[in-house]
Amino acid sequence: MVNMLLNGLQVSVDEGMTVLEAAKFFGINIPTLCYNEGLTPYGACRLCLVEIGEPGRSKLVTSCTYPVGEGLIVRTHSERVVKTRKLLIELYLATCPSSKVIQDLASEHHVTRVRFRPRDEKCILCGLCVRMCAEQMQGKAIGFARRGVDRKVTTPFDRKSEECRLCGGCMYICPACQARCQGPREEKPICNACLNLSQPCLDYFDDAMCFMDPCVACELNSGRTPKSERRNNP
Amino acid sequence: MLQDDAEGGGGVALKDLDDILSESIRRNGESLVAVLQDIQEHYNYLPERALRSLSRKTGVPLIDIYRVATFYNSFSLVPRGKHQIVVCAGTTCHVRGASKVTEEISRVLGIGPGQVSADGNFSLDTVNCLGCCAFAPVMVVDGEYHGNLTPAKTRKILTSLKAKWLLPAGEADERGLVDDGDAEETEGA
Repeated sequence: MVNMLLNGLQVSVDEGMTVLEAAKFFGINIPTLCYNEGLTPYGACRLCLVEIGEPGRSKLVTSCTYPVGEGLIVRTHSERVVKTRKLLIELYLATCPSSKVIQDLASEHHVTRVRFRPRDEKCILCGLCVRMCAEQMQGKAIGFARRGVDRKVTTPFDRKSEECRLCGGCMYICPACQARCQGPREEKPICNACLNLSQPCLDYFDDAMCFMDPCVACELNSGRTPKSERRNNP
Repeated sequence: MLQDDAEGGGGVALKDLDDILSESIRRNGESLVAVLQDIQEHYNYLPERALRSLSRKTGVPLIDIYRVATFYNSFSLVPRGKHQIVVCAGTTCHVRGASKVTEEISRVLGIGPGQVSADGNFSLDTVNCLGCCAFAPVMVVDGEYHGNLTPAKTRKILTSLKAKWLLPAGEADERGLVDDGDAEETEGA
């Protein structure tokens, strides 16, 4: 067991855990895109950034790959972390606005604007599918090829792979494949429907935000009556 | 070699391939890049069947080989020219006029960066640094470095080399084309 300071709390965790696992164990929610419990941590999406070290000389590290250590000081939601995380989500929104997972993250973290030109990529290069194929499916059918801006996930020679058993694991785990719910502003790079539209729960708890995943209210939005009318005609 | 690739290689190529792979694997063991370099040296590029065969022989998944082969600029999956011209487009070379040099090469050879001439004789590529910035701008022709280039100097070097390559062996020397670049300004254009 090692002792560390997690958001000001003195905690003891098993040696060999990552900071992300420790935070999850104590119920602290750190957003991730490229992390999955069954796969090797990869540290690609950077969303799980946390601040470690003494204030003033702290640094940002990816919690999914950072091991816990004796006397480690971790802050998972410091101002610096939150600011960086929001910028990252904004960048992801610009890269892949068609993904529901990313749109949900944006609403959850109150990212309400995109200052970058939308690129409409179909892939965020998180590597989940590649690891899924190799580690869980023993497939080794897909992988990264090329490099830099040309880097992409593909099969050897961009052709149907003999190793592929069409298990669909890559699609199952892909955060970019899940299309966003048909919000009223779907042509925009940012949906924020979960933030902007009143939800049933809001009539009872004004500031409460229910982030069920997927958000049912959000998906049933089309036949919904505006909040003001509902108040008058219950 | 072009036909080899189209229909998957003839009998001779196959025999070659086995020998090359066995020899290279024996010498280099697990070093994938070294084996790929040997294949590239022999074929001028990395034929698909060579990579597939390598995967079967070594047990390295094909996607991992493909990943390495597409990562490095010095590996090519399509046939390259018999004579390879590489221009450095790194920072120093860029500042010292590499783009002008590249344009000049394109004019002399009639191919752009990344292309192979129709007769399969030359290919032109740009790379991001050759590590000899003191000689910037630099081009490498078949492994031979030419530094401190200007468009005029580039043309001179290329036209003389081109004449040498395109003529049957021996004839180039007789006509004195090898060292004197100015004589074929018109021919090269």
